[in-house]
Amino acid sequence: MDLYNYILGIADNSLILGQRLGELCGHGPNLETDIAITNISLDLIGQTRSYYQYAAKLVGEGKTEDDVAFLRLEREYRNVLLVEQPNTNFGYVMARQFLFDVYHLILMEKLQYSEDQNLMAVAKKGIKEVSYHKRFSSDWIKRLGDGTAESHGKIQEAIDDLWRFTDELFQLTDSDKAMVELGVGVDVSELKAEYYTQVSQILEEATLTVPESKYFTKGGKEGIHTEHMGFILSELQYMQRTFPNMKW
Amino acid sequence: MTLADKANIQDNLRSVLETVSDPEIPVLTVLDLGVIREAIEVDGIVQIKLTPTYSGCPAMDVIGDDLKAAFESIGQKAEIDLVLSPAWTTDWISEEGKRKMEEYGIAAPLEETADKDVLLGNAKLVKCTNCGSKNTHLVSQFGSTACKALFKCDDCQEPFDYFKCLK
Repeated sequence: MDLYNYILGIADNSLILGQRLGELCGHGPNLETDIAITNISLDLIGQTRSYYQYAAKLVGEGKTEDDVAFLRLEREYRNVLLVEQPNTNFGYVMARQFLFDVYHLILMEKLQYSEDQNLMAVAKKGIKEVSYHKRFSSDWIKRLGDGTAESHGKIQEAIDDLWRFTDELFQLTDSDKAMVELGVGVDVSELKAEYYTQVSQILEEATLTVPESKYFTKGGKEGIHTEHMGFILSELQYMQRTFPNMKW
Repeated sequence: MTLADKANIQDNLRSVLETVSDPEIPVLTVLDLGVIREAIEVDGIVQIKLTPTYSGCPAMDVIGDDLKAAFESIGQKAEIDLVLSPAWTTDWISEEGKRKMEEYGIAAPLEETADKDVLLGNAKLVKCTNCGSKNTHLVSQFGSTACKALFKCDDCQEPFDYFKCLK
């Protein structure tokens, strides 16, 4: 069960962020960005499928990836609060993406040495995709930060606002700890320094101020989500609840 | 190419495999693309190991179904196993595949360093598939599918896809 929870702790981030980005399909600021955002969404949901197929196999009882993706209750989703935050404006979309991509890449780079062959394989595949995502979101941070007064203001506001969700990325649940013990999981608490160094570097390059606030909020990893989560799930689960057993 | 990169494909199965193409780039067969990592006959059943180009590639399910159908049409049963490791790289696209891709209007992947240079906008190396000029620039890091980026030729003004290098 610890392994199952550990997998969901990683996979749910990709699912929920993938869903958030998917909401923008047809609504991007221009065609190229629209396509880029949905491409990233597709990568994330593809990774999610690999994790969920593995998780479903662990549960057995004829469960499939669809059960894992669509038939859980809100409290059973393990994603961090950062990824469920809404698409307030393009600055928020890119800030959320950037703050997650930096973490995601560092995590995948460690996870590729997992003792678990399945997780190792997904991570190795994922690294190539996630490094491309990070390049895309970092570029936008620099472009918006070092852009007009308006873009600078908006992206700074988004970074300041989303900053409070970053600390949660480095918390360990009991299942995480058990998996770290076995050499299967990554001790994310050790990634914190590297993360903030990388993030700060890019923010500075973008002429943005690194937030100094020490106020952080958490809960997603334990299933306690922000008010946005229910809305995401109602859209995400609608088809499966309406037409039970359909396949995605 | 190292030994691990070499796919284990039984020779008598090649003719069937060649009939299945990538639904997104129909000129490329699954062999050109290098996504078949193993195809062997075990007790009369064709066992195929298929690897995705990108995790979320929607073509994978279709390719799997097409492979099964292709073998079924000659009265053979095929089983598909999706494998992630070792991860697919653009090195596995055959030379023949790259040539066909260019003819189709998609610029073939450059080697790794050159690829980085063009995607960061530091060099002009991608050849326009319409007029052959290297005076081209990146329009978007993401193209019509996850595996491609969008370029535009500054001489003939045509936009075209570039198949990104993946290693």
